[in-house]
Amino acid sequence: MVERCDVAVIGAGPAGLAAARTAAGHGARVLLLDAQPRCGGQVWRHDVAHRAPHAARSAIRAVGGKVDWRPHHQVVAADGRRLLAETPEGAVAIEAAHVVLATGARELLLPFPGWTLPGVTGAGGLQALAKQGWPLAGKRVLVAGSGPLLLAAAATLRRHGAEVLGIHEQASAARVAAFAAQLWRWPARALQAARLRAALTGVPYRCGSFVRRAFGTTQLEGVELHDAHGTRQIACDHLAVGYGLVPNIELAALLGCALDHDTVHPRVQADELLRTSVPGVLAAGEAVGVAGLAAARIEGALAGHVAGGNEAAARALRPARVRARRFAALLARQFALDPRLRALADAGTIVCRCEDVPLAALDGCVDARSARLVARCGMGACQGRICGAALAELGRFPRGGLRRPPLFPARLATLAAFLQPTIPEIEP
Amino acid sequence: MNGYDLIVVGAGIVGACCADEAAAAGLRVAIVEPATVGGGATACAMGHLVAMDDDPAELALARLSLQAWEAFSELPEAEFSRCGTLWVAASADEAAGIAARVARINASGGEAHALDAQQLREVEPALAPDLCAGMLAPREAVVYPPRMAQHLVRRACARGAALHRRAVQRLGRGGAVLDDGSVLRGPVLVATGCALPRLLPQLPLRPRKGHLVITDRYPGQLRHQVLELGYADSAHGSDGSSVAFNVQPRPTGQVLVGSSREFDVDDAAVSPPMLARMLQRAFRFMPALRELQAIRAWTGFRPATPDGRPYLGAVPGHADLWVAAGHEGLGVTTAPGSARLLLDLILGRTPAIDPAPYAPSRVLP
Amino acid sequence: MTAHASVRLQVDGQPVEVPEGASVAAAVARVAPTRFRDSVHGAPRAPLCGMGVCFECRVRIDGRVQLRACMVPVREGMQVDTHG
Ligand SMILES: Cc1cc2nc3c(=O)[nH]c(=O)nc-3n(C[C@H](O)[C@H](O)[C@H](O)COP(=O)(O)OP(=O)(O)OC[C@H]3O[C@@H](n4cnc5c(N)ncnc54)[C@H](O)[C@@H]3O)c2cc1C
Ligand SMILES: Cc1cc2nc3c(=O)[nH]c(=O)nc-3n(C[C@H](O)[C@H](O)[C@H](O)COP(=O)(O)OP(=O)(O)OC[C@H]3O[C@@H](n4cnc5c(N)ncnc54)[C@H](O)[C@@H]3O)c2cc1C
Ligand code: FES
Repeated sequence: MVERCDVAVIGAGPAGLAAARTAAGHGARVLLLDAQPRCGGQVWRHDVAHRAPHAARSAIRAVGGKVDWRPHHQVVAADGRRLLAETPEGAVAIEAAHVVLATGARELLLPFPGWTLPGVTGAGGLQALAKQGWPLAGKRVLVAGSGPLLLAAAATLRRHGAEVLGIHEQASAARVAAFAAQLWRWPARALQAARLRAALTGVPYRCGSFVRRAFGTTQLEGVELHDAHGTRQIACDHLAVGYGLVPNIELAALLGCALDHDTVHPRVQADELLRTSVPGVLAAGEAVGVAGLAAARIEGALAGHVAGGNEAAARALRPARVRARRFAALLARQFALDPRLRALADAGTIVCRCEDVPLAALDGCVDARSARLVARCGMGACQGRICGAALAELGRFPRGGLRRPPLFPARLATLAAFLQPTIPEIEP
Repeated sequence: MNGYDLIVVGAGIVGACCADEAAAAGLRVAIVEPATVGGGATACAMGHLVAMDDDPAELALARLSLQAWEAFSELPEAEFSRCGTLWVAASADEAAGIAARVARINASGGEAHALDAQQLREVEPALAPDLCAGMLAPREAVVYPPRMAQHLVRRACARGAALHRRAVQRLGRGGAVLDDGSVLRGPVLVATGCALPRLLPQLPLRPRKGHLVITDRYPGQLRHQVLELGYADSAHGSDGSSVAFNVQPRPTGQVLVGSSREFDVDDAAVSPPMLARMLQRAFRFMPALRELQAIRAWTGFRPATPDGRPYLGAVPGHADLWVAAGHEGLGVTTAPGSARLLLDLILGRTPAIDPAPYAPSRVLP
Repeated sequence: MTAHASVRLQVDGQPVEVPEGASVAAAVARVAPTRFRDSVHGAPRAPLCGMGVCFECRVRIDGRVQLRACMVPVREGMQVDTHG
């Protein structure tokens, strides 16, 4: 079965929600798809124990009834402009005059000794798990890595009953202070930061500090921290560690959209009206470069206007978009990674967690393909999303093989759904 | 200084086997390969070591090769797994042909048994319940071709071969001219797979695209490499595109699903409709495949000659110029036998099998 | 905290009760938080990304293997099995 619509929005985070609502406001028939069971994306992820913030509730309410919302639809393949989504009930093919890619970002997770121990998660990762109901009451959690997401994650974890031992930001105190000094330019950001700080009273925030190693036998028992004063060990139940975000560009790449490769982690290339290099395909939010919630919402609306046929309204949002995007540059500058983080993994540290490939096995590999062929690195179920981004960040080689279906592991039956069954009968 | 007894151009599985065989025979060998060793068609293959009985010449070459593969059955790099080949009949005609095929394979020195419906289900429970006849070749195996090619090149180098990380630009000047302008002198063996026409345009060869999909790990799901008996019709049949049921249990517990064949497509991108067609064919024979999670799909190009047999031997009209290319969908299987035959011819030994069916001169006026 | 209904399911044969809307990962966390699956070399693994990209949280749900626990909401009566 093929479903046809005017606008298909992939991703129901802040960008996708805004795009869907805006396009629908112009009278377009809109399909909004997300692999997750609930809308909201990362920042507005549904929390089983706490009410969503006001902005999230109103954004979600705004699409109600006006947009055909499809949870549990993971886009796994595309043929030309026909998208194929996998759902628990089977495959759905979608054809749309406009596609808005609002696929967001994932966390950058870097390998270090002990990072495969159960109890070590991403920072946004543990935040997401907590919102889904992972029990944290009374657990000792150390938050580490880089960027403002650490504060948001720590606040969520504390709200879920965790004892947050500290937040360890790798950027220097001077860099973090320079960042804070600029925040007044983005009042919503400044307000958010103030709220987070209030929610985190009593939790130490250390700059220039990073986790060198996690230890434990069958699960995490503690970590080794390093800062200007030297190295020390801290016992904990969870380590929530993330080094910023990586745009999800895989679907864009599969559709043939050009990518910007000027940074280590590619972004979807889009013009001032968020049109990608493929006619009819737009991109918005973190997929075009990590810039946070405000930019995602504005870009979603902008793309929604373009997809809905109102270019004038789209153009009117450009100044706001430019302002919000400046925040991305500030983020990238002030939270640039300390080069020592790229040297934490030793020869025996697993880099490809799916296939258990240690860093030493990659000696002599010149690109992602040879790493797959020689060492099985990147051949597993995550399709190189974790190790590929990490190895690119470590300066080994860029990610490869982006343009192939399935985008995520998918049932063979789903991939077979691109054709109606036409198999000749087999004589008994 | 740069005079060699043999310059092997291309280090896919075929070039790697030839270089290894030549180095073992004491020749001074150069290997010329600009890309990843074993990174061409060799890296895309299923790695099924199989004797196809529909062409006696192909069968003789496969038999010679399968014997040679036995030497690698314990080698870690080969990832050799003796899963056997199970052929299943999709029609009464195919079922009726089984007895003759079993006889041909046994007569060639291989081992095969006919299976009835009940035996089929016992040896491979996931097969569709209405399939009623098959043939089992229990000694056949699967390997991991790119690592094998790399192992053979390393072994050849340990015996003195020199690996040149360059492409051959053209043949001539008593050897091969590399793309940096330097010249290697000595007899040349061209083993460049699908790239053959660039160096030897007189030998017709067409790339034949194929698709494969691999799943997550499902240990115990599949025991044998399973193909439909009609596979040979797809492999050796007409010019049109075709699909055939062909699945393989990887030693990891993953399931590798094939196969498709298409001429005149130069885009290496995975084609979702072709993938779908191939998978639907596979579900007809093994419905349980539907539920497995695919984690990757890829394509490769088989080097196909007009008659389906490889070119193995001297290139007519040129002194000291040899070719080993055009193995279509069987080059992993037949690489060691090809190498043996080539070296027999180059060194003037009595050929292990009749070389005539593979002589490049067959396609020239 | 808001009041919420709960869902009962089984993880490795043990009864578990979690809030409605929770993920299977949250249910497994109450029984086997440190071993969702075994790595290919047999090491214990548990969720990493929480958002469906790392595949470290794969479990068997109602007989279907290799499913991401963090992407599937709990349902009454579900049978979940870890490592294998
Ligand atoms: C784990 C995590 C936690 C975060 N927490 C916060 C926070 O607390 N505060 C904050 O300010 N910022 C947070 N961020 C930053 C966040 O990315 C942005 O603030 C904001 O959510 C970006 O909105 P977006 O719409 O661009 O993308 P997202 O919110 O990331 O939404 C993208 C959506 O697309 C879906 N998707 C992607 N690919 C496909 C596909 N192929 N098929 C179907 N659906 C698909 C995803 O499931 C996702 O729901 C977090 C980021 C991450 C990765
Ligand atoms: C999808 C698929 C499945 C298959 N499954 C099987 C199977 O199960 N069993 C089986 O037996 N066979 C199988 N095959 C067939 C097998 O892969 C090929 O027959 C075999 O790999 C051919 O090997 P080759 O060395 O001739 O070519 P290649 O592996 O392509 O090697 C040629 C090499 O030459 C190099 N080269 C090219 N031009 C130059 C130049 N000018 N100078 C220097 N070097 C050059 C290339 O870089 C390349 O490395 C399959 C093929 C495909 C596509
Ligand atoms: S925790 Fe990463 S996919 Fe579920």
